[in-house]
Amino acid sequence: MSEIYILWWRQMKRYLRTRSRIFGTIGQPVLFLLALGYGLGAVFEQAGQGDYLQFLVPGIILQTLLFSGVFWGIQILFDKRFGFLKEMLVAPVPRVKILLGNALGGTTISIIQAIMVFIVAFAFGFRPQSWALLPLAFLIIVVLSLTLTSFGAGLASMVEDFQGFQAINNFLIFPLFFLSSALYPLTNVPKVLEVLTSINPLSYGVDALRYTTIQQTHFGLGKDLIVIAVALVVCVVFAVNRFNRIQV
Amino acid sequence: MTSKYAVEVRGVVKTFGSIKAVDNLSFAIKPGEIFAFLGPNGAGKSTTIKMLTTMLRPTSGQLLLNGHDVTKDQASARKSFGIVFQDPALEEELTAYENMLFHAVLYGVPKKEQPKRIEELMQLVDLWERRDSLVRTYSGGMRRRLEIARGLLHHPKILFLDEPTLGLDTQTRNILWDYVKKLSQNEGMTIFFTTHYLDEAEQVAQRIAIIDYGKIVAEGTTEQLTKQTKTKTLEQAYLKLTGEGIRDELSEDFNGLNVRSVMRTGGQR
Repeated sequence: MSEIYILWWRQMKRYLRTRSRIFGTIGQPVLFLLALGYGLGAVFEQAGQGDYLQFLVPGIILQTLLFSGVFWGIQILFDKRFGFLKEMLVAPVPRVKILLGNALGGTTISIIQAIMVFIVAFAFGFRPQSWALLPLAFLIIVVLSLTLTSFGAGLASMVEDFQGFQAINNFLIFPLFFLSSALYPLTNVPKVLEVLTSINPLSYGVDALRYTTIQQTHFGLGKDLIVIAVALVVCVVFAVNRFNRIQV
Repeated sequence: MTSKYAVEVRGVVKTFGSIKAVDNLSFAIKPGEIFAFLGPNGAGKSTTIKMLTTMLRPTSGQLLLNGHDVTKDQASARKSFGIVFQDPALEEELTAYENMLFHAVLYGVPKKEQPKRIEELMQLVDLWERRDSLVRTYSGGMRRRLEIARGLLHHPKILFLDEPTLGLDTQTRNILWDYVKKLSQNEGMTIFFTTHYLDEAEQVAQRIAIIDYGKIVAEGTTEQLTKQTKTKTLEQAYLKLTGEGIRDELSEDFNGLNVRSVMRTGGQR
Protein backbone atom coordinates (compact mmCIF):
# COMPACT_ATOMS: atom_id res chain seq x y z
CA MET A 1 0.00 0.00 0.00
CA SER A 2 2.69 2.49 0.97
CA GLU A 3 4.45 1.84 -2.33
CA ILE A 4 1.34 2.74 -4.28
CA TYR A 5 0.89 5.82 -2.13
CA ILE A 6 4.44 7.08 -2.70
CA LEU A 7 4.07 6.65 -6.48
CA TRP A 8 0.83 8.59 -6.39
CA TRP A 9 2.40 11.22 -4.10
CA ARG A 10 5.23 11.78 -6.53
CA GLN A 11 2.81 12.26 -9.45
CA MET A 12 0.83 14.81 -7.45
CA LYS A 13 3.94 16.70 -6.32
CA ARG A 14 5.08 16.86 -9.90
CA TYR A 15 1.69 18.03 -11.10
CA LEU A 16 1.32 20.74 -8.49
CA ARG A 17 4.83 22.02 -9.15
CA THR A 18 4.35 22.48 -12.87
CA ARG A 19 1.68 25.14 -13.08
CA SER A 20 2.02 25.41 -16.84
CA ARG A 21 0.67 21.89 -17.10
CA ILE A 22 -2.37 22.67 -15.00
CA PHE A 23 -3.42 25.58 -17.17
CA GLY A 24 -2.07 24.15 -20.40
CA THR A 25 -4.29 21.11 -20.30
CA ILE A 26 -7.51 22.90 -19.40
CA GLY A 27 -6.78 25.68 -21.89
CA GLN A 28 -7.71 23.53 -24.85
CA PRO A 29 -11.11 22.34 -23.57
CA VAL A 30 -12.00 25.86 -22.47
CA LEU A 31 -11.09 27.15 -25.92
CA PHE A 32 -13.35 24.50 -27.50
CA LEU A 33 -16.11 25.46 -25.12
CA LEU A 34 -15.84 29.14 -26.03
CA ALA A 35 -15.28 28.83 -29.75
CA LEU A 36 -17.76 26.04 -30.45
CA GLY A 37 -20.23 26.73 -27.66
CA TYR A 38 -20.70 30.32 -28.61
CA GLY A 39 -19.61 30.13 -32.25
CA LEU A 40 -21.96 27.34 -33.27
CA GLY A 41 -24.61 27.89 -30.62
CA ALA A 42 -26.86 30.06 -32.79
CA VAL A 43 -26.75 27.66 -35.77
CA PHE A 44 -27.49 24.73 -33.50
CA GLU A 45 -30.46 26.46 -32.03
CA GLN A 46 -31.83 27.47 -35.45
CA ALA A 47 -31.69 23.84 -36.46
CA GLY A 48 -34.04 23.14 -33.60
CA GLN A 49 -31.58 21.18 -31.46
CA GLY A 50 -31.81 23.35 -28.37
CA ASP A 51 -29.00 24.93 -26.37
CA TYR A 52 -25.66 23.88 -27.83
CA LEU A 53 -23.63 24.79 -24.73
CA GLN A 54 -25.67 22.36 -22.63
CA PHE A 55 -25.14 19.68 -25.27
CA LEU A 56 -21.44 20.39 -25.67
CA VAL A 57 -20.26 20.40 -22.04
CA PRO A 58 -20.37 16.61 -21.48
CA GLY A 59 -18.39 16.20 -24.70
CA ILE A 60 -15.80 18.72 -23.55
CA ILE A 61 -15.50 16.97 -20.20
CA LEU A 62 -14.76 13.75 -22.05
CA GLN A 63 -12.25 15.63 -24.18
CA THR A 64 -10.53 16.78 -21.00
CA LEU A 65 -10.36 13.22 -19.68
CA LEU A 66 -9.13 11.86 -23.02
CA PHE A 67 -6.35 14.37 -23.53
CA SER A 68 -5.36 14.57 -19.89
CA GLY A 69 -5.21 10.78 -19.64
CA VAL A 70 -3.37 10.20 -22.86
CA PHE A 71 -0.97 13.09 -22.37
CA TRP A 72 -0.27 11.80 -18.92
CA GLY A 73 1.13 8.78 -20.75
CA ILE A 74 3.87 11.11 -21.95
CA GLN A 75 5.03 11.10 -18.34
CA ILE A 76 6.12 7.51 -18.84
CA LEU A 77 8.09 8.58 -21.89
CA PHE A 78 9.67 11.41 -19.91
CA ASP A 79 10.58 9.00 -17.14
CA LYS A 80 12.09 6.66 -19.70
CA ARG A 81 14.03 9.48 -21.31
CA PHE A 82 15.31 10.99 -18.09
CA GLY A 83 16.07 7.68 -16.43
CA PHE A 84 13.60 7.81 -13.57
CA LEU A 85 11.66 4.88 -14.99
CA LYS A 86 14.64 2.61 -14.25
CA GLU A 87 14.53 3.68 -10.61
CA MET A 88 10.92 2.51 -10.47
CA LEU A 89 11.19 -0.60 -12.63
CA VAL A 90 14.02 -2.29 -10.75
CA ALA A 91 12.40 -1.65 -7.37
CA PRO A 92 11.43 -4.77 -5.42
CA VAL A 93 7.76 -4.08 -6.13
CA PRO A 94 5.60 -5.92 -8.68
CA ARG A 95 5.23 -3.97 -11.91
CA VAL A 96 1.46 -4.03 -11.61
CA LYS A 97 1.80 -2.01 -8.41
CA ILE A 98 4.20 0.41 -10.07
CA LEU A 99 1.73 0.91 -12.88
CA LEU A 100 -1.21 1.21 -10.51
CA GLY A 101 0.43 3.84 -8.31
CA ASN A 102 1.38 5.90 -11.33
CA ALA A 103 -1.98 5.44 -13.05
CA LEU A 104 -3.86 6.47 -9.91
CA GLY A 105 -1.80 9.66 -9.95
CA GLY A 106 -2.76 10.23 -13.59
CA THR A 107 -6.39 9.48 -12.81
CA THR A 108 -6.48 11.94 -9.94
CA ILE A 109 -4.98 14.61 -12.17
CA SER A 110 -7.57 13.92 -14.89
CA ILE A 111 -10.41 14.18 -12.39
CA ILE A 112 -9.11 17.50 -11.07
CA GLN A 113 -8.90 18.82 -14.63
CA ALA A 114 -12.43 17.62 -15.40
CA ILE A 115 -13.79 19.34 -12.30
CA MET A 116 -12.04 22.57 -13.27
CA VAL A 117 -13.59 22.41 -16.73
CA PHE A 118 -16.95 21.71 -15.14
CA ILE A 119 -16.62 24.83 -12.98
CA VAL A 120 -15.61 26.95 -15.98
CA ALA A 121 -18.59 25.57 -17.90
CA PHE A 122 -20.85 26.40 -15.00
CA ALA A 123 -19.56 29.97 -15.09
CA PHE A 124 -20.38 30.08 -18.82
CA GLY A 125 -23.98 29.17 -18.06
CA PHE A 126 -24.03 25.37 -18.11
CA ARG A 127 -26.69 23.96 -15.79
CA PRO A 128 -27.13 20.25 -15.04
CA GLN A 129 -30.73 19.08 -15.35
CA SER A 130 -30.78 16.95 -12.27
CA TRP A 131 -28.48 17.38 -9.28
CA ALA A 132 -29.46 13.95 -8.03
CA LEU A 133 -27.70 12.30 -10.98
CA LEU A 134 -24.44 14.21 -10.48
CA PRO A 135 -22.87 11.62 -8.14
CA LEU A 136 -23.40 9.05 -10.90
CA ALA A 137 -21.86 11.48 -13.39
CA PHE A 138 -18.87 11.82 -11.07
CA LEU A 139 -18.53 8.06 -10.80
CA ILE A 140 -18.58 7.78 -14.58
CA ILE A 141 -15.89 10.46 -14.78
CA VAL A 142 -13.73 8.45 -12.34
CA VAL A 143 -14.13 5.24 -14.34
CA LEU A 144 -13.52 6.99 -17.68
CA SER A 145 -10.40 8.73 -16.39
CA LEU A 146 -8.98 5.45 -15.11
CA THR A 147 -9.76 3.87 -18.48
CA LEU A 148 -8.20 6.65 -20.51
CA THR A 149 -5.17 6.95 -18.24
CA SER A 150 -4.54 3.23 -18.66
CA PHE A 151 -4.97 3.65 -22.40
CA GLY A 152 -2.36 6.44 -22.33
CA ALA A 153 0.03 4.36 -20.23
CA GLY A 154 -0.29 1.40 -22.59
CA LEU A 155 0.35 3.56 -25.65
CA ALA A 156 3.33 5.27 -24.06
CA SER A 157 4.85 1.93 -23.11
CA MET A 158 4.74 0.94 -26.76
CA VAL A 159 6.45 3.92 -28.36
CA GLU A 160 10.09 4.79 -28.11
CA ASP A 161 10.10 8.56 -28.44
CA PHE A 162 8.05 11.73 -28.50
CA GLN A 163 7.69 11.68 -32.29
CA GLY A 164 6.06 8.29 -32.01
CA PHE A 165 3.67 9.65 -29.45
CA GLN A 166 2.88 12.62 -31.67
CA ALA A 167 1.93 10.23 -34.46
CA ILE A 168 -0.38 8.33 -32.13
CA ASN A 169 -1.91 11.61 -31.13
CA ASN A 170 -2.60 12.67 -34.71
CA PHE A 171 -3.71 9.37 -36.11
CA LEU A 172 -5.50 7.85 -33.15
CA ILE A 173 -6.52 10.31 -30.47
CA PHE A 174 -7.85 13.14 -32.62
CA PRO A 175 -9.88 10.79 -34.86
CA LEU A 176 -11.23 9.05 -31.76
CA PHE A 177 -12.34 12.39 -30.41
CA PHE A 178 -13.82 13.85 -33.60
CA LEU A 179 -15.50 10.59 -34.58
CA SER A 180 -17.39 10.42 -31.32
CA SER A 181 -20.61 12.06 -30.29
CA ALA A 182 -18.68 14.65 -28.23
CA LEU A 183 -19.28 17.60 -30.55
CA TYR A 184 -22.45 16.79 -32.51
CA PRO A 185 -25.64 14.80 -32.05
CA LEU A 186 -25.83 11.49 -33.88
CA THR A 187 -29.33 12.05 -35.16
CA ASN A 188 -29.35 12.65 -38.93
CA VAL A 189 -25.60 12.20 -39.46
CA PRO A 190 -24.50 10.42 -42.66
CA LYS A 191 -24.49 6.62 -42.46
CA VAL A 192 -20.69 6.30 -42.54
CA LEU A 193 -20.31 8.67 -39.61
CA GLU A 194 -23.07 6.94 -37.73
CA VAL A 195 -21.33 3.59 -38.06
CA LEU A 196 -17.94 5.02 -37.10
CA THR A 197 -19.25 6.87 -34.08
CA SER A 198 -21.24 3.93 -32.81
CA ILE A 199 -18.22 1.61 -32.85
CA ASN A 200 -16.23 4.23 -30.95
CA PRO A 201 -16.37 3.51 -27.20
CA LEU A 202 -15.87 7.20 -26.47
CA SER A 203 -19.33 7.91 -27.86
CA TYR A 204 -20.81 5.80 -25.09
CA GLY A 205 -18.77 7.64 -22.48
CA VAL A 206 -20.08 10.96 -23.74
CA ASP A 207 -23.58 9.57 -23.94
CA ALA A 208 -23.48 8.43 -20.32
CA LEU A 209 -22.18 11.82 -19.22
CA ARG A 210 -24.87 13.51 -21.27
CA TYR A 211 -27.56 11.39 -19.70
CA THR A 212 -26.38 12.06 -16.17
CA THR A 213 -26.00 15.80 -16.68
CA ILE A 214 -28.64 16.94 -19.20
CA GLN A 215 -30.70 13.74 -19.46
CA GLN A 216 -30.24 13.23 -23.16
CA THR A 217 -29.19 9.87 -24.49
CA HIS A 218 -28.67 8.30 -27.86
CA PHE A 219 -27.80 4.72 -26.95
CA GLY A 220 -29.48 4.42 -23.55
CA LEU A 221 -27.68 4.43 -20.20
CA GLY A 222 -27.63 0.63 -19.84
CA LYS A 223 -25.74 0.12 -23.07
CA ASP A 224 -23.43 3.03 -22.21
CA LEU A 225 -22.46 1.52 -18.88
CA ILE A 226 -21.77 -1.90 -20.39
CA VAL A 227 -19.47 -0.40 -23.02
CA ILE A 228 -17.72 1.74 -20.38
CA ALA A 229 -17.12 -1.29 -18.16
CA VAL A 230 -15.76 -3.37 -21.04
CA ALA A 231 -13.52 -0.50 -22.14
CA LEU A 232 -12.14 -0.20 -18.61
CA VAL A 233 -11.19 -3.86 -18.48
CA VAL A 234 -9.69 -3.84 -21.97
CA CYS A 235 -7.62 -0.71 -21.32
CA VAL A 236 -6.32 -1.91 -17.96
CA VAL A 237 -5.31 -5.28 -19.43
CA PHE A 238 -3.67 -3.46 -22.34
CA ALA A 239 -1.73 -1.18 -19.99
CA VAL A 240 -0.55 -3.99 -17.69
CA ASN A 241 0.44 -6.11 -20.65
CA ARG A 242 2.45 -3.35 -22.35
CA PHE A 243 3.99 -2.01 -19.16
CA ASN A 244 5.23 -5.47 -18.23
CA ARG A 245 7.21 -5.61 -21.44
CA ILE A 246 9.06 -2.33 -21.08
CA GLN A 247 12.79 -2.71 -21.26
CA VAL A 248 14.96 0.18 -20.24
CA MET B 1 17.60 -24.14 -9.14
CA THR B 2 19.81 -23.12 -6.26
CA SER B 3 23.23 -21.66 -6.51
CA LYS B 4 25.94 -21.22 -3.94
CA TYR B 5 26.91 -17.99 -5.63
CA ALA B 6 25.44 -14.54 -5.10
CA VAL B 7 25.65 -13.83 -8.81
CA GLU B 8 25.89 -16.47 -11.46
CA VAL B 9 25.91 -15.96 -15.20
CA ARG B 10 25.76 -19.01 -17.46
CA GLY B 11 26.40 -18.79 -21.18
CA VAL B 12 24.56 -15.53 -21.65
CA VAL B 13 24.17 -14.03 -25.11
CA LYS B 14 22.59 -10.70 -25.93
CA THR B 15 22.23 -9.50 -29.48
CA PHE B 16 20.82 -6.28 -30.81
CA GLY B 17 19.99 -6.93 -34.43
CA SER B 18 23.20 -8.20 -35.96
CA ILE B 19 25.38 -6.90 -33.14
CA LYS B 20 26.46 -9.29 -30.43
CA ALA B 21 26.86 -7.18 -27.29
CA VAL B 22 27.38 -10.09 -24.93
CA ASP B 23 28.80 -13.30 -26.34
CA ASN B 24 28.42 -16.51 -24.35
CA LEU B 25 29.40 -14.89 -21.07
CA SER B 26 29.86 -16.96 -17.91
CA PHE B 27 31.11 -15.99 -14.46
CA ALA B 28 30.17 -16.31 -10.81
CA ILE B 29 30.58 -14.13 -7.71
CA LYS B 30 30.69 -15.53 -4.18
CA PRO B 31 28.52 -14.02 -1.44
CA GLY B 32 30.29 -11.10 0.23
CA GLU B 33 32.83 -10.70 -2.53
CA ILE B 34 33.79 -7.37 -4.12
CA PHE B 35 34.01 -7.97 -7.83
CA ALA B 36 35.04 -5.51 -10.55
CA PHE B 37 34.25 -5.58 -14.22
CA LEU B 38 36.75 -3.81 -16.41
CA GLY B 39 36.54 -3.32 -20.12
CA PRO B 40 36.70 -0.76 -22.92
CA ASN B 41 33.66 1.27 -23.90
CA GLY B 42 31.00 -0.95 -25.39
CA ALA B 43 32.59 -4.17 -24.17
CA GLY B 44 29.28 -5.32 -22.72
CA LYS B 45 29.62 -4.22 -19.09
CA SER B 46 26.45 -2.18 -18.86
CA THR B 47 24.47 -4.63 -20.95
CA THR B 48 25.44 -7.37 -18.49
CA ILE B 49 24.38 -5.24 -15.52
CA LYS B 50 21.13 -4.35 -17.26
CA MET B 51 20.38 -8.04 -17.77
CA LEU B 52 21.26 -8.88 -14.18
CA THR B 53 19.03 -6.12 -12.87
CA THR B 54 15.97 -7.15 -14.95
CA MET B 55 16.13 -4.12 -17.23
CA LEU B 56 16.94 -6.20 -20.30
CA ARG B 57 16.14 -9.77 -21.21
CA PRO B 58 18.99 -11.97 -22.44
CA THR B 59 18.75 -13.47 -25.91
CA SER B 60 19.82 -16.79 -24.42
CA GLY B 61 21.56 -18.18 -21.35
CA GLN B 62 20.78 -17.98 -17.68
CA LEU B 63 21.36 -15.37 -14.97
CA LEU B 64 20.95 -16.09 -11.27
CA LEU B 65 20.86 -13.68 -8.35
CA ASN B 66 20.86 -15.33 -4.95
CA GLY B 67 19.71 -18.46 -6.73
CA HIS B 68 16.72 -16.73 -8.33
CA ASP B 69 16.46 -16.90 -12.09
CA VAL B 70 16.46 -13.27 -13.18
CA THR B 71 14.36 -13.90 -16.28
CA LYS B 72 11.80 -16.24 -14.79
CA ASP B 73 11.47 -14.90 -11.28
CA GLN B 74 11.98 -11.17 -11.67
CA ALA B 75 10.18 -10.30 -8.46
CA SER B 76 12.48 -12.36 -6.22
CA ALA B 77 15.53 -11.23 -8.15
CA ARG B 78 14.57 -7.58 -7.62
CA LYS B 79 14.33 -8.13 -3.90
CA SER B 80 17.97 -9.21 -3.86
CA PHE B 81 19.77 -6.22 -5.28
CA GLY B 82 20.28 -2.47 -5.31
CA ILE B 83 21.89 -0.43 -8.04
CA VAL B 84 23.59 2.86 -8.70
CA PHE B 85 22.90 3.58 -12.34
CA GLN B 86 25.43 4.78 -14.82
CA ASP B 87 23.06 7.39 -16.26
CA PRO B 88 21.10 9.87 -14.19
CA ALA B 89 17.85 8.52 -12.79
CA LEU B 90 16.57 11.25 -10.49
CA GLU B 91 13.21 13.00 -10.40
CA GLU B 92 14.00 16.64 -11.08
CA GLU B 93 10.71 17.99 -9.80
CA LEU B 94 11.24 16.51 -6.36
CA THR B 95 13.64 17.82 -3.76
CA ALA B 96 16.72 15.80 -2.89
CA TYR B 97 15.10 14.69 0.36
CA GLU B 98 11.93 13.67 -1.45
CA ASN B 99 13.96 11.62 -3.92
CA MET B 100 15.54 9.81 -0.99
CA LEU B 101 12.19 9.28 0.71
CA PHE B 102 10.64 7.97 -2.51
CA HIS B 103 13.43 5.46 -2.83
CA ALA B 104 13.28 4.46 0.84
CA VAL B 105 9.57 3.67 0.62
CA LEU B 106 9.71 1.97 -2.77
CA TYR B 107 12.71 -0.13 -1.81
CA GLY B 108 11.28 -1.19 1.52
CA VAL B 109 13.45 0.60 4.08
CA PRO B 110 11.58 0.13 7.39
CA LYS B 111 9.62 3.26 8.21
CA LYS B 112 11.31 3.81 11.56
CA GLU B 113 14.76 3.78 10.01
CA GLN B 114 13.94 6.03 7.08
CA PRO B 115 14.66 9.49 8.55
CA LYS B 116 17.85 8.35 10.27
CA ARG B 117 19.28 6.59 7.27
CA ILE B 118 18.37 9.35 4.85
CA GLU B 119 20.08 11.93 7.04
CA GLU B 120 23.14 9.76 7.56
CA LEU B 121 23.68 9.24 3.85
CA MET B 122 22.94 12.80 2.85
CA GLN B 123 25.46 13.94 5.45
CA LEU B 124 27.92 11.43 4.06
CA VAL B 125 27.80 12.96 0.58
CA ASP B 126 27.51 16.47 2.04
CA LEU B 127 24.08 17.30 0.67
CA TRP B 128 22.14 17.54 3.91
CA GLU B 129 22.16 21.35 3.89
CA ARG B 130 20.66 21.34 0.40
CA ARG B 131 18.10 18.63 1.08
CA ASP B 132 15.08 20.83 0.38
CA SER B 133 16.25 22.12 -2.99
CA LEU B 134 14.66 20.72 -6.11
CA VAL B 135 17.02 18.36 -7.91
CA ARG B 136 16.42 20.51 -10.99
CA THR B 137 18.63 23.14 -9.35
CA TYR B 138 21.46 20.70 -8.58
CA SER B 139 24.77 20.69 -10.44
CA GLY B 140 26.04 17.56 -12.17
CA GLY B 141 28.36 16.63 -9.31
CA MET B 142 25.65 17.08 -6.70
CA ARG B 143 23.27 14.89 -8.67
CA ARG B 144 25.88 12.17 -8.89
CA ARG B 145 26.43 12.33 -5.14
CA LEU B 146 22.71 12.14 -4.52
CA GLU B 147 22.46 9.08 -6.74
CA ILE B 148 25.22 7.40 -4.78
CA ALA B 149 23.54 8.20 -1.47
CA ARG B 150 20.24 6.93 -2.80
CA GLY B 151 21.76 3.69 -4.08
CA LEU B 152 23.17 2.97 -0.61
CA LEU B 153 19.93 3.76 1.20
CA HIS B 154 18.49 0.29 1.37
CA HIS B 155 20.84 -2.52 2.21
CA PRO B 156 20.40 -5.20 -0.42
CA LYS B 157 22.29 -8.49 -0.52
CA ILE B 158 23.89 -7.56 -3.81
CA LEU B 159 24.84 -4.04 -4.83
CA PHE B 160 25.52 -3.12 -8.45
CA LEU B 161 27.50 0.02 -9.14
CA ASP B 162 27.71 0.86 -12.83
CA GLU B 163 30.61 3.29 -13.21
CA PRO B 164 29.62 4.97 -9.96
CA THR B 165 32.58 7.32 -9.79
CA LEU B 166 32.21 8.77 -13.27
CA GLY B 167 32.39 12.52 -12.83
CA LEU B 168 32.95 12.39 -9.07
CA ASP B 169 35.65 14.33 -7.27
CA THR B 170 38.39 12.47 -5.42
CA GLN B 171 36.89 13.24 -2.00
CA THR B 172 33.55 11.69 -2.84
CA ARG B 173 35.23 8.75 -4.54
CA ASN B 174 37.12 7.96 -1.37
CA ILE B 175 34.02 8.34 0.76
CA LEU B 176 32.08 6.06 -1.57
CA TRP B 177 34.65 3.28 -1.61
CA ASP B 178 35.20 3.42 2.15
CA TYR B 179 31.47 3.10 2.66
CA VAL B 180 31.17 0.27 0.16
CA LYS B 181 34.01 -1.66 1.78
CA LYS B 182 32.36 -1.18 5.16
CA LEU B 183 29.04 -2.51 3.82
CA SER B 184 30.80 -5.54 2.41
CA GLN B 185 32.59 -6.25 5.69
CA ASN B 186 29.79 -5.49 8.15
CA GLU B 187 26.80 -6.79 6.26
CA GLY B 188 28.39 -9.34 3.98
CA MET B 189 27.02 -7.46 1.01
CA THR B 190 28.16 -8.66 -2.41
CA ILE B 191 29.47 -5.79 -4.52
CA PHE B 192 29.64 -5.81 -8.31
CA PHE B 193 31.02 -2.68 -9.90
CA THR B 194 32.28 -1.48 -13.23
CA THR B 195 34.81 1.27 -13.66
CA HIS B 196 37.29 2.82 -16.03
CA TYR B 197 39.63 3.76 -13.20
CA LEU B 198 42.02 0.87 -12.83
CA ASP B 199 43.36 2.11 -9.49
CA GLU B 200 39.88 1.76 -8.02
CA ALA B 201 39.59 -1.80 -9.20
CA GLU B 202 43.03 -2.57 -7.83
CA GLN B 203 42.36 -1.04 -4.42
CA VAL B 204 38.76 -2.07 -3.86
CA ALA B 205 38.03 -5.28 -5.73
CA GLN B 206 38.96 -8.70 -4.43
CA ARG B 207 38.59 -10.13 -7.89
CA ILE B 208 38.63 -8.52 -11.32
CA ALA B 209 37.24 -9.69 -14.64
CA ILE B 210 38.33 -8.05 -17.86
CA ILE B 211 35.67 -8.14 -20.52
CA ASP B 212 36.03 -7.33 -24.19
CA TYR B 213 33.75 -7.91 -27.17
CA GLY B 214 31.18 -9.37 -24.80
CA LYS B 215 33.51 -12.06 -23.49
CA ILE B 216 35.67 -12.38 -20.41
CA VAL B 217 39.28 -12.35 -21.54
CA ALA B 218 40.87 -12.72 -18.10
CA GLU B 219 39.82 -13.09 -14.50
CA GLY B 220 41.50 -13.06 -11.12
CA THR B 221 43.25 -10.88 -8.56
CA THR B 222 45.60 -8.11 -9.66
CA GLU B 223 48.57 -10.38 -8.98
CA GLN B 224 47.12 -13.21 -11.01
CA LEU B 225 46.31 -10.88 -13.90
CA THR B 226 49.78 -9.33 -14.01
CA LYS B 227 51.44 -12.72 -13.70
CA GLN B 228 49.25 -14.18 -16.42
CA THR B 229 50.14 -11.37 -18.83
CA LYS B 230 53.74 -11.05 -17.68
CA THR B 231 53.29 -7.37 -16.91
CA LYS B 232 54.03 -5.21 -13.90
CA THR B 233 50.84 -3.28 -13.28
CA LEU B 234 47.13 -3.82 -13.70
CA GLU B 235 47.06 -1.10 -16.33
CA GLN B 236 49.69 -2.82 -18.43
CA ALA B 237 47.87 -6.10 -18.06
CA TYR B 238 44.62 -4.45 -19.07
CA LEU B 239 46.09 -2.81 -22.15
CA LYS B 240 47.84 -5.98 -23.18
CA LEU B 241 44.56 -7.88 -22.99
CA THR B 242 42.28 -5.35 -24.63
CA GLY B 243 44.67 -3.64 -27.05
CA GLU B 244 45.28 0.06 -27.38
CA GLY B 245 42.62 0.82 -29.96
CA ILE B 246 40.01 3.39 -29.09
CA ARG B 247 36.43 2.17 -28.88
CA ASP B 248 33.22 3.88 -29.62
CA GLU B 249 29.90 3.03 -28.23
CA LEU B 250 26.68 3.91 -29.92
CA SER B 251 24.67 6.42 -27.98
CA GLU B 252 21.74 5.59 -25.77
CA ASP B 253 19.49 6.61 -28.63
CA PHE B 254 20.34 3.45 -30.45
CA ASN B 255 17.77 1.13 -29.02
CA GLY B 256 18.39 2.80 -25.69
CA LEU B 257 21.41 0.59 -25.24
CA ASN B 258 25.11 0.74 -25.33
CA VAL B 259 26.41 -1.33 -28.14
CA ARG B 260 29.96 -1.33 -29.24
CA SER B 261 31.32 -0.45 -32.52
CA VAL B 262 35.00 -0.54 -32.90
CA MET B 263 37.34 1.99 -34.32
CA ARG B 264 40.77 0.57 -34.73
CA THR B 265 43.20 3.44 -34.62
CA GLY B 266 46.17 3.15 -32.31
CA GLY B 267 46.01 -0.61 -32.29
CA GLN B 268 47.80 -0.99 -35.58
CA ARG B 269 50.83 1.08 -34.85
